[in-house]
Amino acid sequence: MRGVGISTTGALGSGLLETAADAAPAGNVAGPGAVPVTLKINGKPFNLNIEPRVTLIDALRNNLDHTGAKKVCDRATCGACTVIMDGKVVYSCTVLAIEAQGKDIQTIEGISQNGKLHPVSAAFVNHDAQQCGYCTPGFVMATKGFLDKHPNPTLEEAEKGLGGNLCRCGTYVGMKKAVLEAAKEMKGGRNA
Amino acid sequence: MPDYSWPPMEKRRVLGKATKRLDGPMKSTGRAKYASDFTQKDLLFGALVTSPHAHARVTSVDTSEAEKMPGVTAVRVIASAGTELMWAGQEVASVAANSEEAAKDATRKVKVQYEVLPHLVREDDLAKAGARAKSAGEQVKGDPDKAFQEADATIEGRYGIPVITHCCLEPHGNVIEWKGDHIEFRPSTQNVSGIGGDLSNSIKIPASNIHVNMQYVGGGFGSKFATDLWGLEAARLSKASGGRPVKLFLDRATELMIGGNRPSGFANIKVAGKKDGTITAWQSESWSTGGIGGGGSPPIPYVFDIPNQRKNHTAVATNCGGVRAWRAPNHQQACYLTNTVLEDLAAKLNLDPLEVFDKNLGLTPRAEVYRSQLKKGAELIDWQKLWHPRGKSDSGPVKRGLGLAISTWGGGGHNSQCRTNIHPDGTVEVELCSQDLGTGTRTVITMVAAETLGLPLGAITLKIGDSALPPSGPSGGSTTVGGVSSSTRKSTVNALDKLFEAVASSLGAPADQLEAVDGRIQVKGNSAKSLTWKAACQKLGVNKISEMGENNQRNPGGLNSSGVGGVQMADVSVDTETGIVKINKAVAVQDMGLVVNPKTAESQIHGGCIMGICAALYEERVMDQQTGKMLNADMEFYKLAGIGDIGEIIVHLDITPDHDKRGVVGLGEPAAIALITAIANATANAIGVRVPEVPLTPDRVLAALERRNA
Repeated sequence: MRGVGISTTGALGSGLLETAADAAPAGNVAGPGAVPVTLKINGKPFNLNIEPRVTLIDALRNNLDHTGAKKVCDRATCGACTVIMDGKVVYSCTVLAIEAQGKDIQTIEGISQNGKLHPVSAAFVNHDAQQCGYCTPGFVMATKGFLDKHPNPTLEEAEKGLGGNLCRCGTYVGMKKAVLEAAKEMKGGRNA
Repeated sequence: MPDYSWPPMEKRRVLGKATKRLDGPMKSTGRAKYASDFTQKDLLFGALVTSPHAHARVTSVDTSEAEKMPGVTAVRVIASAGTELMWAGQEVASVAANSEEAAKDATRKVKVQYEVLPHLVREDDLAKAGARAKSAGEQVKGDPDKAFQEADATIEGRYGIPVITHCCLEPHGNVIEWKGDHIEFRPSTQNVSGIGGDLSNSIKIPASNIHVNMQYVGGGFGSKFATDLWGLEAARLSKASGGRPVKLFLDRATELMIGGNRPSGFANIKVAGKKDGTITAWQSESWSTGGIGGGGSPPIPYVFDIPNQRKNHTAVATNCGGVRAWRAPNHQQACYLTNTVLEDLAAKLNLDPLEVFDKNLGLTPRAEVYRSQLKKGAELIDWQKLWHPRGKSDSGPVKRGLGLAISTWGGGGHNSQCRTNIHPDGTVEVELCSQDLGTGTRTVITMVAAETLGLPLGAITLKIGDSALPPSGPSGGSTTVGGVSSSTRKSTVNALDKLFEAVASSLGAPADQLEAVDGRIQVKGNSAKSLTWKAACQKLGVNKISEMGENNQRNPGGLNSSGVGGVQMADVSVDTETGIVKINKAVAVQDMGLVVNPKTAESQIHGGCIMGICAALYEERVMDQQTGKMLNADMEFYKLAGIGDIGEIIVHLDITPDHDKRGVVGLGEPAAIALITAIANATANAIGVRVPEVPLTPDRVLAALERRNA
């Protein structure tokens, strides 16, 4: 689009179908009414009865009171809804809950154990990498997912790794420091 | 009269020490509950039907099908037949249903017919505004004609800064439960104390029957003060649904269309100067839009009171969502429209803008402050080494340049009341109905209380965000920190004086000879004659101390004040083949008063700078005159900077005894003004030509280069 700047973040055309055939139903049709769905969240199973069109973010927030992940852009641009699914960072606003069955879903609620802050959460506090805090859980999960796969990143790599999330208040200065500190802490085995 | 003054700088134990924000762990673990996170068993979801047209008259609304949808508990018509709608996104009807999906389905079944009317949604071409343009009338000062005639050089051009939207990550909205004659109100707001009264005015329920609670807000930036129509609708939907709570938040597209925006600022400007850089005359024809009501008249020329002026401002009414206060209302536009032209004048005179700005500081209200800030900023960005005359950059395709801009803001402290309770068991509560927008307000209040009472931060229980607490002003205009720090100081001093009275006889000294230090109450300067805090509080018997403190905006008693200056500078690289502008470094030198918490103060300035980068390079509400629609009502094309877009940001907190004497001064807005313009000036310096409008998108940069080469 003319008149729109070029930044390092944001997805384009996510969720668009390549052909009409991609939209055709597969053999097993679920819904449109509510169907039983089981989600494994932070190691625990949760049984739900929801419509197949319900996204993972809506299931987490509206049905399971897991409200750490936020619904902001609702189309895979801002990353406020970030969770980790089978070890991969995903936008939960563009994953259907029914598709997330059988997967290992990690949310912000599950990463701090026994009242001790996860090193990423702690680093965000130490470096004031948050203001209003609405983007923070998404950034913390994106950081954790990134560091799980890239334990020893350079600042440039970290900037690319977190390029799928957006903050409105402007907390990136602290965030850069936080990511590098968390990397050190996690390598120290404190997150084993 | 107790002595409320701030302790001397060298005696402070808590104030001025970099302190981690106290609610940081709540936020970084996802436990902080925002209004939009609120859930309960019988919760209903509200949704709005909004106008697809920029200007239309409703001819009919049929809700019958929506009402029959499964799960729907209420459908309400907001704009009945005959209502004229003035912008796309304006509210037409509302529904409540058992699930978010059912509520959205129902909105699609509300059948609305419109008579489409002619619209205007773009104001960039004033000639096309016709009767929608209202001029304020010409203002003249000095003798501009003579000054222009006698000038050594004049510069003339058209400059523009567009409408941007607040794009709060937590959209506007609320959860409301209207049961019987009582309302439980959970808004996303900057105004917990005042918003209940606002709702009460509209629905004829006594304000005393409305309880407001909000602990966290996901961004406001000036756009979240009132109940708004979606608040009223949530209340009415709740009542119509038997008192079940209704959660109604705007979806992203609607948030961007009607959740608030900063007015634009366009102008044809002419400035005159002498060979030595002295600015002598200003002439401007400016215009802007803030929606159908017009709005936004930037105070130009900004900061520099140029002796000879002729100016006129025109407000253009457009069929777009209405303006709301945006961090430093009118100042970003005024700064841009002034500082760009002065940079261009300097370039025309073959002078360094740093010298031209410095030379004309006599036209500003605080020349010495700006002078020292320009010096500090130049040092931090390495101006002497890196600045070059306009366009004289390296020979390769990537051109580097430096730019600067200066700003001002008021501040002051809003009205605020605080209550401090000291209990016989030693526990302490500090209570005031303020809100923490993410600026660190919780931390600041707690630090002030801990400083006064000689206690660690953890010994203070702070309660905010609840309308049952003593009232505190809305968080706008950078007035919160001044207000709440002053009311907290007074309240804690008053409470401590009562404690001194209660223990004076035990310590064998008059109350006014006692002090609170390191968790003890002691005779001044004599730690041998002391009681632990807990032992002292036990002397209260069964009665707690409960003392108020108040900040009066008009009479802050030296605890807070207003009026600051700031300088921001940018170092950019521009790829002249792609038109992409990249930030290498930004420098912010900010004048401020007593800094309560340097850590969160610095964060505020970082945030202001990053917002400046967003607005300089990416953000613009793009309206389409053909369809009347906003083309980028989403976050793919309404772009914000990401973590890789900001370069290095250097903040210099101008903490000096002289500044400190002024008491606390707010900092949110002053830091959010100048960087947009500094980046635009740095870009002109790099590529040798002015890109007249921000954001500096590749197409605008390339078009400017093309004009230069033509």
